[in-house]
Amino acid sequence: MARVLSLGEAVAELVHDGDTVALEGFTHLIPVAAGHEIIRQGRRGLTLVRMTPDIVYDQLIGAGCASKLIFSWGGNPGVGSLHRFRDAVQHAWPVPLEIEEHSHAGMANRYVAGASGLPFAVLRGYTGTDLPAQTDTIKPITCPFTGEQLTAVPALNPDVTIVHAQRADRAGNVQLWGIAGVQKEAVLAAKRSLVTVEEVVDELEPRPGAVVLPTWAVTAVAEVPGGAKPSYAAGYYERDNAAYQAWDEIGRDRGEFTKWLNDLTGVKA
Amino acid sequence: MSEYTADEMMTVAAARALGEGMSCFVGIGLPSTAANLARRTQAPNLTLIYESGCLGAKPSRLPLSIGDGELADTADAVVSVPEVFNYWLQPGRIDVGFLGAAQLDKFGNINTTVIGSDYHDPKVRLPGAGGAPEIAASCREVFVVLRQNPRAFVEKVDFVTSFGHGRGKGDRERLGLRGAGPTLVVTDLGLLRPDPETAELTLTELHPGVQLEQAVSATGWTLKVAADLKTTPAPTEHELTLLRELKKAGE
Repeated sequence: MARVLSLGEAVAELVHDGDTVALEGFTHLIPVAAGHEIIRQGRRGLTLVRMTPDIVYDQLIGAGCASKLIFSWGGNPGVGSLHRFRDAVQHAWPVPLEIEEHSHAGMANRYVAGASGLPFAVLRGYTGTDLPAQTDTIKPITCPFTGEQLTAVPALNPDVTIVHAQRADRAGNVQLWGIAGVQKEAVLAAKRSLVTVEEVVDELEPRPGAVVLPTWAVTAVAEVPGGAKPSYAAGYYERDNAAYQAWDEIGRDRGEFTKWLNDLTGVKA
Repeated sequence: MSEYTADEMMTVAAARALGEGMSCFVGIGLPSTAANLARRTQAPNLTLIYESGCLGAKPSRLPLSIGDGELADTADAVVSVPEVFNYWLQPGRIDVGFLGAAQLDKFGNINTTVIGSDYHDPKVRLPGAGGAPEIAASCREVFVVLRQNPRAFVEKVDFVTSFGHGRGKGDRERLGLRGAGPTLVVTDLGLLRPDPETAELTLTELHPGVQLEQAVSATGWTLKVAADLKTTPAPTEHELTLLRELKKAGE
């Protein structure tokens, strides 16, 4: 049964130094507030997992929370590069960042294997590319039935997965609709999970196409209205595109970023 | 005829390559602009597929990201990301993959990972693969759109993120890749297609007003030119109007 906790309590209890942590959300429903809480609580040595590390991962990396990133596309969607990510890879600032690089298809299948309780997934991918030479978690495999050469990728089983959703009821059942990305797979693959939600309601209204994560599949729920901003939550608010563009200026410069970080964590300059 | 920019010519030429009734796996940026223009011109029944899981999206304005709410709200179906890659892309159900690139080489191999020869100590770290390697491998054919200059058009890419034609004709078949790979490259200067004998990208059309010398000097290898080099028809008034409306509505 999921427990309803405050965001601060949930992060303190579920996210530890050195953990493998996935924050998922495919452009939609990105758990930004939870990422900020991890920065505030000063976690270190995290292995961050995410298909599309975007600005909240740029912030976590710039704040020095991560020592490794497992990902398939690191950019600011619709804007350009992630400068904190680049600075960490190219200049080890503020700390070195190891990377484990995949394609989207590879990452999606790693979560599917993790959610399915299998050690690996098989896909017809990566063939001819330079990725397998750089990533230990991409290996060739021969189909035992046809002899075809395919690719195996190991299951991803994060210590904790955090996602954002529209609603939960007081018992901790979660409802999520619109673009669902890999959120369900990432939650089911994880040892522990936290779902931040726009609101906790007495009763969930049935909704066609809504992904329901039952309470017994989730560790904790925290009510965090606006918790996906500047990304969006279908039915609640739209994407703040100006904020994504504005991040480009802040992320580009270590000084500007440090000011932003001090504001977030309440440190006086 | 109104004045138009090189980027507008490129987008219009890319849009024209998409046929009515096709299905197209769309990347954000230029490919998305071109595919949405095609839906408003010669291909109203073009099926747009975005890797966020939006199948048959019909956006009324340009989406700013592949997960824009407008795509989900107008789609025939919204599916999970594992489903879009495993059920829809991997079995070869999609006609055209439309990709951008940071670097492209003379055999249509694409780099969006790193600039520089050392992966661990790159000159520039780029966003990475995203959906592109499997799009390039699995769609029936691939169109690439990018601006032509010697930094982007290189003899050999620093990193093969997405496989084109390898080191020449037959490489795709040898690796068991199912789609035909890049069949068209659209740039701000003209169009390139793989030579049927060697698979080397060859200039087949120049945009109006572009000199052959410009295209040659914008290419980081000795550019082959088709014997019957054609001139792309200039954008029509209709195409330009629709493109500008689309761009304006997206701002």
